[in-house]
Amino acid sequence: MTNSIINLTENKTVFGFWIYILSDCFLFGTLFATYAVLRGNTFGGPSGAELFDLSFVLVETLILLTSSFTAGLAMLAANKHYTTSKNKEVSPPYVQVVGLLGLTLLLGITFLGLELKEFTQFVAEGAGPQRSGFLSAFFTLVGTHGLHVAAGSVWLIVLMIQILRRGLTEPIMSRFMRWSLFWHFLDVVWIFIFTFVYLMGVMI
Amino acid sequence: MSFAALPPNAIVLSAFLFMIALAGLIIGALFYYKRWRWLWDEWLTSLDAKKIGVMYIIVGFVMLVRGAIDAALMRGQQAVAAGDSLGYLSPEHFGQIFTAHGVIMIFFVAMPLMFGLFNLVVPMQIGARDVAFPFLNSLSFWLFAAAAVLMNISLVYGEFASIGWLGYPPLSELEYSPGVGVDYYIWILQIAGLGSLFSAINFLVTILKMRAPGMTLMRMPMFEWTTLASVVLVIVIFPILTATLAMLSLDRLLGMHFFTSDFGGNAMMYVNLIWAWGHPEVYVLILPAFGAFSEIVPTFAKKRLFGYSSMVAASIVICFLSFVVWLHHFFTMGAGANVNAFFGIATMVIAIPTGVKVFNWLATMYRGRITFTTPMYWFLGFVGTFTLGGMTGVMMAVPGIDFQMHNSLFLVAHFHNMVIGGVVFGYLAALSFWFPKIFGFTLDEKWGIRAFWCWLIGFFVAFMPLYLLGFMGATRRLEHYDASTGWQPLFIVAGIGVVIIALGIVFQAVQLVVSIIKRHEYADTTGDPWDGRTLEWSIPSPAPFYNFAIIPAVHGRDAFWEMKQSDPIVQARPAQEYVDIELPCNTPVGVYIGACAFVFGFAIVWHMWWLALLGFLGVVGLLIARSFDENTEYILPAAEIARLDAAYTQKTI
Repeated sequence: MTNSIINLTENKTVFGFWIYILSDCFLFGTLFATYAVLRGNTFGGPSGAELFDLSFVLVETLILLTSSFTAGLAMLAANKHYTTSKNKEVSPPYVQVVGLLGLTLLLGITFLGLELKEFTQFVAEGAGPQRSGFLSAFFTLVGTHGLHVAAGSVWLIVLMIQILRRGLTEPIMSRFMRWSLFWHFLDVVWIFIFTFVYLMGVMI
Repeated sequence: MSFAALPPNAIVLSAFLFMIALAGLIIGALFYYKRWRWLWDEWLTSLDAKKIGVMYIIVGFVMLVRGAIDAALMRGQQAVAAGDSLGYLSPEHFGQIFTAHGVIMIFFVAMPLMFGLFNLVVPMQIGARDVAFPFLNSLSFWLFAAAAVLMNISLVYGEFASIGWLGYPPLSELEYSPGVGVDYYIWILQIAGLGSLFSAINFLVTILKMRAPGMTLMRMPMFEWTTLASVVLVIVIFPILTATLAMLSLDRLLGMHFFTSDFGGNAMMYVNLIWAWGHPEVYVLILPAFGAFSEIVPTFAKKRLFGYSSMVAASIVICFLSFVVWLHHFFTMGAGANVNAFFGIATMVIAIPTGVKVFNWLATMYRGRITFTTPMYWFLGFVGTFTLGGMTGVMMAVPGIDFQMHNSLFLVAHFHNMVIGGVVFGYLAALSFWFPKIFGFTLDEKWGIRAFWCWLIGFFVAFMPLYLLGFMGATRRLEHYDASTGWQPLFIVAGIGVVIIALGIVFQAVQLVVSIIKRHEYADTTGDPWDGRTLEWSIPSPAPFYNFAIIPAVHGRDAFWEMKQSDPIVQARPAQEYVDIELPCNTPVGVYIGACAFVFGFAIVWHMWWLALLGFLGVVGLLIARSFDENTEYILPAAEIARLDAAYTQKTI
């Protein structure tokens, strides 16, 4: 048996997590469908075209995408150590793995901060979620993604503590794998939000 | 919150007193027999799928009694409340009862019986020792249990929703339902729904990843296939329910406008979304019943299941089609003739795979050596009843007819025809079929058959009048009607039907008591009381906590039957060495998380934000703490298994 990422994907916990992600797709699918139905229902309030600041959202997007990239680098470093080193309990490449994960966390939190800034700004302009069906759908869809990122960040903190305390053992690698799936999944969801909510919102 | 929230109503008060008395009795008995530690160690904290399954089923039956009392209250009201008589229920209270009846019967009776069956049967049938994620399994159960407790609290503290079991807005919005009832409804379903989703993921992975060597997908017992189809549906649809109810609660808690009638909300969207969950949900429930009958009929007809491959295909086609018919629940919404025609035809198409299944069962029985046991009675009752219900379903699939029947008692009769005649009969058959495997003795046949006849006759007496009433124009959810309608005699007949069904439930309780008293006489000493065909019958009854001492090798469909044919004495025991088994340690974390979820749900219903936050942080904290625990499994050494297995074998021979 070789200890590679390929093996971890055959692990039933990782497989189960894929299924969870599938179910999360349906959760987001429902919110996207709702947004599609309600996005014209501004009820005299501001529309997406009036509210959205694309350059701001582009910065948000780049930060989140970069966090996915650093997460990927951390995973590669961890996997290299996991597959090559004999003694998994000692001396994992902390600087690379935990350092990159720390960077990922920082980027994730920055993203959340920017999103919060956008939300508070909208609310201050009188475009809060209570203003119209469109804004309810907007805040809920984007906010649900934000909540996922927040949950992913908490999970990441726990994961970093566990890596520091126990090294890259098999259960922790499996958990790492699942967390990274989750994080990349949130990236994919954000691409859809960026396209359908922001880009198409400004178009019309 | 205050004591003023306790309802003054006599019926509710007696229910409250009854619940207190029952709880007191149970707690007293636990103290008297000093069974607290046993209960905690052996059951509540157990990660053994069989025990979790039994707990699901116990809760399911307790809730069945409550749901049935709700039904009896409604039919009693309708039998008397014509003309000048207003009956004994106020419109508001009647509304709460029909809402609670629907929610309880689907979420707290059908769902737990289904997950209970999965827990009891799925691992054993595929030659596995447990489910894929034993802790997640316990967590799912305790989330469900927390929701069940919340459901019963809503009966006596505050009020329950009076919005119908699917909570259509704008009625369920704050403006029209300002009380806590709808909030109870939302959070009960959210917590229970989360448990269902986790459980479904668990069983999907179990079936796909943990089958015994040699058991390819096309060698799986039919029950596994229908379970697979059912849990795939749960995984896809429960997130829709979660999102939809979350949006409704955002409307209510934060003043958003998803489904409100002003500010750009769209109530029709809720109706679409809730049925995108709700329609597949009924297939979630019926598919395992189909699977159970597909095990029962070959066993008691002593023949292989006829048309196995077509059964598999039919299950998958039903699974798929259930997604494209949701709109038939609201043809009257006005989506237009073409849309209605599409959904009408899609609905009728479902009759084809279902018909394939019915004919396959009948063909399995054809020229078989049929033993008429209780499960077989349930099957025969099911086939006729369910087919009838299917036909009325096809009638309602015609949009033109549906415009007449929409929200009439004809509809109520139709879906009870499917749910009682299909789901309930199926699960009751399955429970009497697999009972000996879990408890080590068979159920009393005489009382089982008596209960069956009560259910069957009671069903027809209770629901055939409803078809007629529907034709006569009686709408559903009426707490009072005019005497000149001439409906009262039929309502009285329907009420008598409910009494007969209630007698059936009593007979089942009698059956259980009689069977426990005669458990030595009915003991299943062979582990194979029905001359079964699948792997669960190859191990002793009651099944050992590790299920299989040695994981069997599978060489074909009906694996155990093949083994018995080739070597009747050795049976499932290939000449193999025992090996160490890794088993999950018991853990109370699931119970604690369930308790925190309950606190969270109760607090958010009553807007106690600090307590809700505390409950939520409790859940998160416990999950994190659990992730730091590395000693979650223990090793059962090979020598110990050899000793236990020898003891079992000695007992069986």
